[in-house]
Parts: sequence; C-alpha cells; structure tokens
Amino acid sequence: MASRKEGTGSAATSSSSTTGAAGKGKGKAGSGDSAVKQVQIDGLVVLKIIKHYQEEGQGTEVVQGVLLGLVVEDRLEITNCFPFPQHTEDDADFDEVQYQMEMMRSLRHVNIDHLHVGWYQSTYYGSFVTRALLDSQFSYQHAIEESVVLIYDPIKTAQGSLSLKAYRLTPKLMEVCKEKDFSPEALKKGNITFEHMFEEVPIVIKNSHLINVLMWELEKKSAVADKHELLSLASSSHLGKTLQLLMDRVDEMSQDIVKYNTYMRNTSKQQQQKHQYQQRRQQENMQRQSRGEPPLPEEDLSKLFKPHQPPARMDSLLIAGQINTYCQNIKEFTAQNLGKLFMAQALQEYNS
Amino acid sequence: MATPAVPPSTPPATPTETPAAASDPAPAPSPASVSAPAPAPVPAPTPAPASSSDPAAAAATTAAPGQTPASAPAPAQAPAQSLPGPALPGPFPGGRVVRLHPVILASIVDSYERRNEGAARVIGTLLGTVDKHSVEVTNCFSVPHNESEDEVAVDMEFAKNMYELHKKVSPNELILGWYATGHDITEHSVLIHEYYSREAPNPIHLTVDTSLQNGRMSIKAYVSTLMGVPGRTMGVMFTPLTVKYAYYDTERIGVDLIMKTCFSPNRVIGLSSDLQQVGGASARIQDALSTVLQYAEDVLSGKVSADNTVGRFLMSLVNQVPKIVPEDFETMLNSNINDLLMVTYLANLTQSQIALNEKLVNL
Repeated sequence: MASRKEGTGSAATSSSSTTGAAGKGKGKAGSGDSAVKQVQIDGLVVLKIIKHYQEEGQGTEVVQGVLLGLVVEDRLEITNCFPFPQHTEDDADFDEVQYQMEMMRSLRHVNIDHLHVGWYQSTYYGSFVTRALLDSQFSYQHAIEESVVLIYDPIKTAQGSLSLKAYRLTPKLMEVCKEKDFSPEALKKGNITFEHMFEEVPIVIKNSHLINVLMWELEKKSAVADKHELLSLASSSHLGKTLQLLMDRVDEMSQDIVKYNTYMRNTSKQQQQKHQYQQRRQQENMQRQSRGEPPLPEEDLSKLFKPHQPPARMDSLLIAGQINTYCQNIKEFTAQNLGKLFMAQALQEYNS
Repeated sequence: MATPAVPPSTPPATPTETPAAASDPAPAPSPASVSAPAPAPVPAPTPAPASSSDPAAAAATTAAPGQTPASAPAPAQAPAQSLPGPALPGPFPGGRVVRLHPVILASIVDSYERRNEGAARVIGTLLGTVDKHSVEVTNCFSVPHNESEDEVAVDMEFAKNMYELHKKVSPNELILGWYATGHDITEHSVLIHEYYSREAPNPIHLTVDTSLQNGRMSIKAYVSTLMGVPGRTMGVMFTPLTVKYAYYDTERIGVDLIMKTCFSPNRVIGLSSDLQQVGGASARIQDALSTVLQYAEDVLSGKVSADNTVGRFLMSLVNQVPKIVPEDFETMLNSNINDLLMVTYLANLTQSQIALNEKLVNL
C-alpha cells in the first residue's frame, strides 16, 4: 500500500491540478458536501473487473486495480481500468510504482484516459472496512479529491445481480486522517461515528452507441439461457457465511470494549490515587508549615503516575463500520429471501 | 461466409483472379501444404493447422517482396485442382473454435472510438489460452500503428512491453494473435499477420466490423493458411474460424446488466435494489412461461406441429415441480420465514448495540 501512495503522489500531481479545478467548482457548496455526487462507469470497466476477479482471484484473496477516467462537473466518469498484480513472495523485486507508471504511459499512447480517479477491490462477503483500505483511500483522496474506491462483490454477483458499490471517505474523516491523530479526543471532536466514515456514491452505467450495437449483436448470437440463480430459494449457505463473519467481528468488538473498560477503570483508579497523593501532600505541607519547615516541593504528578494509554479508537471504529456493513448486507439479503418465500407461498396456495 | 477474405498477398495485378480463389471452400488451403505429396486436392484436415504455422511465415515473407508475376498464376491453378465439392461454410477442418469473451469486444470497440485522427482502423494484440480443441481469448490491448497507402508500421516494442506488463497480472495468458477493426482484410493485414506470427505460432486474426456494413457489427476470426502450388511461391489466404462466445457466470450477469442501456434513452442505467431484481427475474420467468404456454396451445389447436424433443422438455419441466403436502410446505415455509426474521432482528439489534457503544464511548 505504501508504494501505491507514492505512485498516486507522483502520477497525480499533474492530474490533480486539472481535476481539482473541476471539482472545486461544485465542492464549494458546503463543507459537508463532497465533490462527487455520482459515479458513471463504462460497461467496459464492469466487464474488466468481473474478468479480473474471475481469473485471478481465489477464495479470500482480494484483487485490486486502478480506475482511470475523468471528472465532469459533479460526476466522476470511469472509462477504463487495469488490474494490479497480486503480491506474492517470489515477487520481492516487483516495483508497483514502476508497473503503474509504465501502464499509464502505454495507455496514453492509445488515447486511453490516463488520469487516476480511484481504485477497485474485490471483497469477500462484504468485509472490506479495514485499516488498509482506509489508508489507501485516504492517500488517493488526498491526492485526487474526487477519487472513489469501487467494491465489487463477486459472490453476490454470482447469485444473480451485479454488486458494485462506490465509496469515499467523508470530509470529516479526511480531516482526522490528515492530522494523523487517531486519539479519542480528536475523534470525539470530529464527531465521527461509524456511520459517517464512508459515504456511498450512486453508480450509473453508461455505454456508447457503438457498444450498444455490440450488445445487440451479442444478444442475437449467444442464446445462453439465464441461470436464474437469483430466484433460487436455497441460499442459506450465503447467510451462514455472513453470520459467521459477523460473529467474528462482534467478538473482536467485545474484546475491544473490554479493553476500553479496563482502561477506564485504570484511569479512574489512577485519578483516585493522584487525588489521595495530593491530599497527603497538602496535609504534610500543612504540618510542616505548622512546624516551621520548608514545604516539600511540588512534584510532578504526571511523572509519578504515568497516564495510561487510551486504547486506539480507530480500530474499534473500523470494526463498528464493518459490523454495520455486514448488518446492511444481511438485511438486504433477508428482504430478498422473504420476497421469494412469499412468492413461493402464493404459488403453492394457487396450486392447492 | 463461405468466401474467405481476399488473399491479400496477391498484388494489384490479380484482382480478377481473386474472386476465383475466393470461391474456394474452406478446406482448399490444406492441399497447398508443402508436406502433402502430389495428390494435393484431397483436403487433409489434420496437417493443416500444424503445417500452416511454418509455411505461413515463410509464405508471407516470400509474398511480401513484390514477386508479383510468379504468384499470379499460382492462385489460378490451385483452385482448378483442389475443388472437391460445393463451397461449404463451416468450421476450420482442424476443428478450431475461437471462444471470445465479451470483454474483448468491448475493449476493441472502445479503442476504436478512441482512435487517432485520420486512422481508419485500430489494431491490437489478443491474449488468451490454447486448449486442445479451441482457443480462448480472454484479454486484449490495442497497439498504436500507422497505416498509409504503401506501408504499415506497427509499434512492436510497445506490444512487447504491454505483453510483459499484462503477464505480471495473469501469467497464463499467451499471445494468440491480433485484431483489427474494419470489415475487410487488406494487404497490410498480411504484413501485420507476419509480425504476429513471429510472436505466436499460428496466430489468429479477428475482425470486428465497426463500420457496420450491412447494418450489423460482424465479428469474424481467421487463421492464415497457405495456398498455391507447392514448389512455387506460396500465397497466403485467411480462412475463417467459428467464433463462439464464452462467458463466465458473473460475466453473463454483467453483460445482461450492461445490455439494459440499449433501452434507456440516454444510455444510462442505475443499479437496482434487491427487491427490484427479484421482481425483474420473476418477470422474466413469467415471460418464458407464457411463451411455453403459447406454444402448447398452438400445438393443441393444431397450428404448430408437435415436436417430440420439446414435448420431452415440457414433460421434465412439469415433473420437476415438487409435489409437497400442503402441511409440510407450511412448516417449511414458516421455519424459513422465522429464520430470516430472526436474522433481521439480530442484525438490527447489533446495529443498535454498536450505536449505543459509540455514544457511551464518546461521553
């Protein structure tokens, strides 16, 4: 991830000036408004992402790639993309930045938009809210204000409908990340809750006329029947998997909470001790005064009682965000399934 | 579709002869293979793919320099000897089928739209894997080239570079051939094909007709084969291959979604919510069912003659609906609904829990 930051830094300095100027026109609407209201994706990009995952992604590994395009008013147009090779141990000398640079240079020769506008990642059952993602997205968004991360869920797509979502960091979170200060006070000041970490941007898919012609051609030529996976009632394994992941996260969260509780308890104990010490000091000083001796010097309390480290709040925020995403997914899933079950019931009643 | 493309190696002197050569059936080129003995007219399917790789390269190099008079009579003679029967459209005798993924075609169309000013067509490299029976093309990238009346220049350095970069992501992909937009194969195609035959054995040439001749975007694939009299200078002919479309499941779904832009006025569609998708899928099934019902009614009323295979399919379809006792179905349904409701409740509970936690921590 670190190398990608440098890559975007050097690659984006030229593009950020143009895209920044384009984005600021609408971005001034308010500090809460972000510069991108809609993401418009070419059909080609969708197909490429699908293909990349299908060929190179197995199991829980994520596949990633870079999105290229333009910013038009308040719309982010994504017109092309290229995949990133995966990290393997025997690729120690592989230079990500160089790969990216070469790829973009070559694409420029064939008139493909060479402006970075974001990156995409596949996800396993919806678990993508991680520190790594946050860091990457922050570096992208810092360099290019309008960048998004596209999350592609291949398992949900295989069940019948394309699952592609675009996320950005909220401006509040951007502020906090900029200062690199993840302490509880800073987060409290920013008033960041887990719901306000990522914002979802609506996606539309757009095709040129020629691609539409191509689609007609394909439709005529390839009469492959749909699999109708979408209407299958036996999808409990998917639900089971998601619940399993949810349970893991909730366990982590509870551990986090326990840590926080111990911290609070320790701090309050420490406060008490400090208080007691101060009182004893005062008493002694009074006694000494009454005896005419010089008072004891005030000692630095903070050296005697080292303050405890507050537990990192960022991680628990991320976990909460992830749990939130899982819950959303589950709710969507159950809504779909309930619909299907009611349909099955209606059909059965009609028969009997 | 029976006529292979104009043999591009033949110089301008032979356009009158090319229709004769072009009317050859697909099996004709195999007689020209050098390894076959004198009874050349018998089309020998199996050696053709193997031998055409080497002689094709040799033939292209001999044809390219202007040995025009010698090659002129060769195509004229070969058709006279080797016509075994009426021209048949069909797969390449080697049984080679080209399986294309839709992402390739979308890429090609996109690079055509972004071509430089004045360029009539774009070319690029095809990547993929080779199977025993077929060739599967899974990726492509466009290569800058300059084409004028007399000469063609392809930036092969660029092509090599891009291939290296692509190999880093998918190490299994090999160079399979090249593509070009436009509806005809020109003389320059032979030269380009020769460049590519240095990179890959027996390269495939794919044409995508973006100029929409005949109102359709025709997509054709070719392999170059030798033709001509053995012992003389050989010509090169492009013979067609069958093109099939291969989809991964997820690709199928993606293509279905993208296809919807054909129907919207400004070619823009949004992603639908979950219940809408269920609604859409059930509408599709409803349409399919009404078509089947219509067919059944037609057969019953005698409008359409009954077809046994269709009847068998219908039979298996009807038998697939499970016969469930209503009480059992009730219990199954209720337990499923209970599960789902419970899970929804849990999800909501968890969400409120973490929201509460958030508030408490921020006190």
